[in-house]
Amino acid sequence: MTEIKRRTLLAGMAALPAAACSEIADTGPARSLFETVEGWHRGAHRALAARQALAPEYAPDERSPDIRGNGSISVDTPEYREGLANGFADWRLAVGGLVDTPLRLGLDELKALPQRTQITRHDCVEGWSAIAEWTGPQLSALLDMAGVREEANFVIFRCADTLYGRPYYESVDMVDAYHPQTIIAHALNGEPLPEKNGAPLRMRIERQLGYKHAKYLTGIEAVASFEDIYDGKGGYWEDTNGYQWYAGI
Amino acid sequence: MKHRLTTRLWHWINAAALIVLFMSGLNISNAHRFLYWGDYGFDPKDAWLSVVRFPAWATIPQRYDLAEARDWHSLAAWVFAIGLLVMWVASLVNRHFRRDVATGLSDWKPAAWKRALAQHTRDDVEPDGRYNAPQKIAYGLVLGVLLPLMIFTGLAISPGIEPAVPWLVDLLGGRQSARSIHFITAWLIFAFAVGHVSLAFAPGQRAALKAMLTGRTGEKQHD
Repeated sequence: MTEIKRRTLLAGMAALPAAACSEIADTGPARSLFETVEGWHRGAHRALAARQALAPEYAPDERSPDIRGNGSISVDTPEYREGLANGFADWRLAVGGLVDTPLRLGLDELKALPQRTQITRHDCVEGWSAIAEWTGPQLSALLDMAGVREEANFVIFRCADTLYGRPYYESVDMVDAYHPQTIIAHALNGEPLPEKNGAPLRMRIERQLGYKHAKYLTGIEAVASFEDIYDGKGGYWEDTNGYQWYAGI
Repeated sequence: MKHRLTTRLWHWINAAALIVLFMSGLNISNAHRFLYWGDYGFDPKDAWLSVVRFPAWATIPQRYDLAEARDWHSLAAWVFAIGLLVMWVASLVNRHFRRDVATGLSDWKPAAWKRALAQHTRDDVEPDGRYNAPQKIAYGLVLGVLLPLMIFTGLAISPGIEPAVPWLVDLLGGRQSARSIHFITAWLIFAFAVGHVSLAFAPGQRAALKAMLTGRTGEKQHD
């Protein structure tokens, strides 16, 4: 084998899988294989960690200086501006869908519920992490108040913000919905939630990546399936960019 | 050197998985090109390393696409992890590791290295059909340290795994440290692969390459 042939062969060996991967990924079977594999990861995580196993919590001095605002960092409506000015006196969180008693709760009502404060790490899908203290009622308390029906399999989070013209939303299964660290945070490091971090309310889904932690929260909806919601993938980034619905990796 | 079918199968399946993992990993790296030590890190000014933006031709897919890169990475991770586990169990059971890779005291003495060098530089010293000391050490390091470290650091940066093994993340120095080690180890494996492939294609090494492809060298057997 001559030197040139050898090099060509090596370059070809490197380029082939990459080009092939790009082609294969667009096919239906590849898509369903990726989804199957995502299910394996979720299954493995759920098998290895107890359903209620906690994400690590940190000491106050281990917090990072800031929590980056990523994705939407505001809501561009007059009502939101007004809310920012008056402490979101008129903000209501709707709890509905497959529940016995739909609820509409203001911030004061949410703050009157038993609160959980946790110093946890926020991991973005991009790779960075930040640590902060979050406070709010557990989602499980709200779901119990509303009485979730048996046929519900997922909880949808509706948001006030839009990104590239589409409303943000997210969803989790009942394991993460009832997880003790899944809270509706209204405070960050002891202060009302800042605008860039989702004021006045945001989700904390501590065992998954940041895009699951819906900000500017307006509604919680128990559903049997999310197939009919927007593009049916269960979240904004899932619909628009093909992100994994299970974001525990 | 003859290679069993299991060794050859693992070698090539693992090679394919590593290529997909490495190239999709470069795509993922482009999402946030800064590495930190400790539990957190998000501000480029706190980074110990600013990574170059890897060009599209070096990544899977061949454009910046974090979601699809993560799909490939998560898929190949299963192949890689299960393959490594099966390879290790098989190598311990069939004694491939102990017979061919595990080093003895003599492998760490200068004489063994001189002999390895002589096999390549002197015509009158023939390879004896076994791995020489630097080969054993290189393979042992890759199989026993670098490849498992990729799996452990990969698990450690997954928030869904951490509640099951919080000690693993602590042991690695926090999530951002685990991410940094994942990145460094990937490049160490790349460096090994470059050396490994160069040697496999070096003049006079056709027998070794053939052995990994067909199991036989086609030359005089020493085994």
